[in-house]
Amino acid sequence: MSIHVQDVEHVAKLARLNLSDEEKERYTEQLNAILKYAEKLNELNTDDVSPTTHVLPIRNVMREDEVRPSLPIEKVMANAPEEEDGQFKVPAVLE
Amino acid sequence: MPSAKYETVIGLEVHVELHTNSKIFCGCSTEFGAPPNTHTCPICLGHPGVLPVLNRQAVEYAMKAAMALNCEIASVSKFDRKNYFYPDSPKAYQISQYDKPIGENGWIDIEVNGETKRIGINRLHLEEDAGKLTHVDGGYASLVDFNRVGTPLVEIVSEPELCSPEEAKAYLEKMKAIMQYCDVSDVKMEEGSLRCDANISLRPHGQKELGTKAELKNMNSFRGVQRGLEYEEERQADILDDGGLVVQETRRWDEAQGRTLSMRSKEEAHDYRYFPDPDLVTLHIDDEWKERVRASIPELPDALKARYTAEYGLSAYDAEGITSSKKLADLFEESLQYTKDAKAVANWIMGELLGYVNGNGIEIDAVKLNGQGLGEMIGLIEKGTISSKIAKTVFKEMLESGKSPQVIVEEKGLVQISDEGAIKAIVEQIIAKNPQSVEDYRAGKEKAIGFLVGQVMKETKGKANPGLVNQLLVDCLKQA
Amino acid sequence: MTPLEMSISELKQALTDRKLSASELADASYRRIAETDERVQAFLTLNEEGAREQASLTDGRIAQGEAVDILAGVPAGIKDNIVTEGLRTTCASRFLDNYKPIYDGTVSRKLRDAQVVTIGKLNMDEFAMGGSNENSAFKSTRNPWDLERVPGGSSGGSAAAVAAGQVSFALGSDTGGSIRQPASYCGVVGLKPTYGLVSRFGLVAFASSLDQIGPLTRSVEDAAHVLQAIAGYDKMDSTSADVSIPDYAEALTGDVKGLRIGVPKEYIGQGVDPKVKEAVLAALNVFESLGATWEEVSMPHTDYAVATYYLLASSEASSNLARFDGVRYGVRADNPDNLLQLYHESRSQGFGPEVKRRIMLGTYALSSGYYDAYYLKAQKVRTLIKQDFDEAFNQYDILLGPTAPTTAFRLGEQIDDPLAMYLNDILTIPVSLAGVPAISIPCGLADGLPVGLQLIGKAFQETTVLRAAHAFEQHTEYHKLRPQL
Repeated sequence: MSIHVQDVEHVAKLARLNLSDEEKERYTEQLNAILKYAEKLNELNTDDVSPTTHVLPIRNVMREDEVRPSLPIEKVMANAPEEEDGQFKVPAVLE
Repeated sequence: MPSAKYETVIGLEVHVELHTNSKIFCGCSTEFGAPPNTHTCPICLGHPGVLPVLNRQAVEYAMKAAMALNCEIASVSKFDRKNYFYPDSPKAYQISQYDKPIGENGWIDIEVNGETKRIGINRLHLEEDAGKLTHVDGGYASLVDFNRVGTPLVEIVSEPELCSPEEAKAYLEKMKAIMQYCDVSDVKMEEGSLRCDANISLRPHGQKELGTKAELKNMNSFRGVQRGLEYEEERQADILDDGGLVVQETRRWDEAQGRTLSMRSKEEAHDYRYFPDPDLVTLHIDDEWKERVRASIPELPDALKARYTAEYGLSAYDAEGITSSKKLADLFEESLQYTKDAKAVANWIMGELLGYVNGNGIEIDAVKLNGQGLGEMIGLIEKGTISSKIAKTVFKEMLESGKSPQVIVEEKGLVQISDEGAIKAIVEQIIAKNPQSVEDYRAGKEKAIGFLVGQVMKETKGKANPGLVNQLLVDCLKQA
Repeated sequence: MTPLEMSISELKQALTDRKLSASELADASYRRIAETDERVQAFLTLNEEGAREQASLTDGRIAQGEAVDILAGVPAGIKDNIVTEGLRTTCASRFLDNYKPIYDGTVSRKLRDAQVVTIGKLNMDEFAMGGSNENSAFKSTRNPWDLERVPGGSSGGSAAAVAAGQVSFALGSDTGGSIRQPASYCGVVGLKPTYGLVSRFGLVAFASSLDQIGPLTRSVEDAAHVLQAIAGYDKMDSTSADVSIPDYAEALTGDVKGLRIGVPKEYIGQGVDPKVKEAVLAALNVFESLGATWEEVSMPHTDYAVATYYLLASSEASSNLARFDGVRYGVRADNPDNLLQLYHESRSQGFGPEVKRRIMLGTYALSSGYYDAYYLKAQKVRTLIKQDFDEAFNQYDILLGPTAPTTAFRLGEQIDDPLAMYLNDILTIPVSLAGVPAISIPCGLADGLPVGLQLIGKAFQETTVLRAAHAFEQHTEYHKLRPQL
């Protein structure tokens, strides 16, 4: 598998990144090198191997349904780039 | 019906908010209607470094709902991240379930035109709700409130087995009733605790493969779902009749305009990049846990309906009507602690109560009637304290004030007059005043007595015991 | 000896005996930073006011004869991806240039409870992605042993601050070697605990299934004390292990008689600098002389670890870093016309090239049609790598090898070749994938630069790792070597 500039553009869109033409070219080249390197995993037969999501055999971790205090609104808004009436403000979605 | 040529195929995706006290992955309250962003914390705001911890109650409510929908419950279930950017999604991924949902392969029975139809449930999974956007500045900006983010939701996906908007509505009503009975959700469409999207397509009768579907969103009431689907059914039929092709797209139901509108297709196809959430561990649901949850499920509407017809002799229609809502069924059962006349209770509920509710366009919750009041009121009728006619006045007052029937009867002086002497005096008075009717009666026009009864009732402001009035009138007329 | 050269237990004694105050210690720390940090560039944010307040509070308590934690009054630096309430936390990213956390993570709270004096926040590779600190958006930390060289990374600021004697200890985080490799390059002790031993609540996630917080110190004993303070089950972290915590300092008996050491032959093979290998083999002689035994063992899937790691870690990172969208916090691009532009501009301006590269790689690996080939495949190979460790630990108590194939490289030497940079982590990554604990300790110099020895233990056997490392330290002088600054 090798990836092209169009793939890089598609992935950048999914990841919400703007890339310059120069970046697109560089990432295409570098991702290809990394993915080519990753192809060595195909040397291994993993048909009967189960995937590891967690290294520890922990299961059923749950909390009880108890309400805990929420934050005061000043803290909620402390880092907000733009706020209005105790809410976060964003420009409209481009339809 | 749009056209006899096509068969309609509908599948529904229903989202039900579970009414836990706290959110699914943090301790913030799920209470509805708080000032914006006051039910938030670093976790549900998606601050750097936070981690989710699963709410046990949310899992058990989801299991309960899945069981009530006859689903198989997973022995191993897990959570996955659904990645997408949107301002109402603080982590830019929603914690959901991809390939190991809590429940799969269920069904519910719905009743349409007196016939029972079984609708398959493909899956039920647990996920977190998103925040809420409000558009401001003439649509150029939005404000984000994260109070709702993290409220536990179950998404219930039906098989594409509904064949008409009417069936879709019946499915939703049944779904709502089951969730109410299980007591896992408030299921209020107007507060968004029950939401519904639909897939609808048409195909010529006899064709095996499904037609191109449209996804329908923004239907905010049961009526909206039915109307939206009806509109869409017709729209697609018109396209097909003209030899056109239905476009696969998402459409929005516009309640005000009464039509569906294309939501301009997003510039890119969705690619949610699901993968197992490494911040959460797997759920292993053993039989003991399943049984413990199963034991908490009360008698569900179908079972209740069967019992009401068998045990109380209710008609299928009344039993269906009463069990369609947990509130009504509860009212019915509570009333029966105060009267033995189940049919009378059913008649009052199906007649006067539903008439009042539908006539005023209000929810059942809004009336103040309780089972004790209804049962005792029927008792007063049986004892002859009030007439059935007076009872209607009393009942309306009970719905609005919540007072007990005895208090209402007393306050308004509505006790029935059963004193023979008192009634007889009035009867004689009426006979004297209406010689024409007396003559008619004697001439064999038995109906004339109805007029005379009416006059007596009018004179007593409806409080005279009608049976007694009738009897005394006949006696007097014969004697004279 | 300056007070900052003293061990944690010596500091405790001096504080209790009132020969030294926490305030004096904080002063000494800031003085040392003033003298050296223009050259070392370890700190991103100093916490002078908060630190002095904490120090005088602790002094007051000690004066009143209150029993205080062994870490009370000890000056420490914290890697800048561990959130500290009210104290700027940037992850060395432009995106978080202005971010002041609104909560304390579990480890930060534990340090506060222990009355540790937080001197400031330490530089790192942006979002912990990198092995040289050159990926910091703000500055490149220098190796105190040679200012032309990198301190390693991503916890490069933490390792450099400890090596430069600016603080008594530092916290770092390790995802694929980010504590151990800089510890090795800077000649300090760095411990990556078992995955799940230390809470991740409050650690800005890079790769959630791999990240662990751990100490960087000047001695194994100090590492044991710091680990004691931060380890333990946390109900805020669902992946936290509910295990009982032993007394780590008590495990430092100096006795390694009968300890069975396995030396993975893949760890001392091709690509390992001969001088590094020489130092490691010399260390084996020390262990042998102390009554331990060793033999070579094969870890056949070692060669697949780097590819596995970069697929898994980048995939998780692509999702973990999606929350940096400019809506609720962080730096938002100026005057975006619409939402998409807000996202694209804020993220493109906020993230550096390495972070973007990993987000791109991870997004690609998870995208439709490639999940099975990359992410799922890597998860399966992870299972095989973990099995290598399980099998080796059936026979050995400890696995031993170099921490990194080379000593610290020069600034700019590898920045243009991501793959070569990734291969520096070839000896630390398998351990991270297996989730087991490992420590890097100084085991000599090669051409005047520190060499790190890596000791790897079974899951939750930090005691064994610390005991072995401590025994080695007791019989060598390498940990006493200090850079000339």
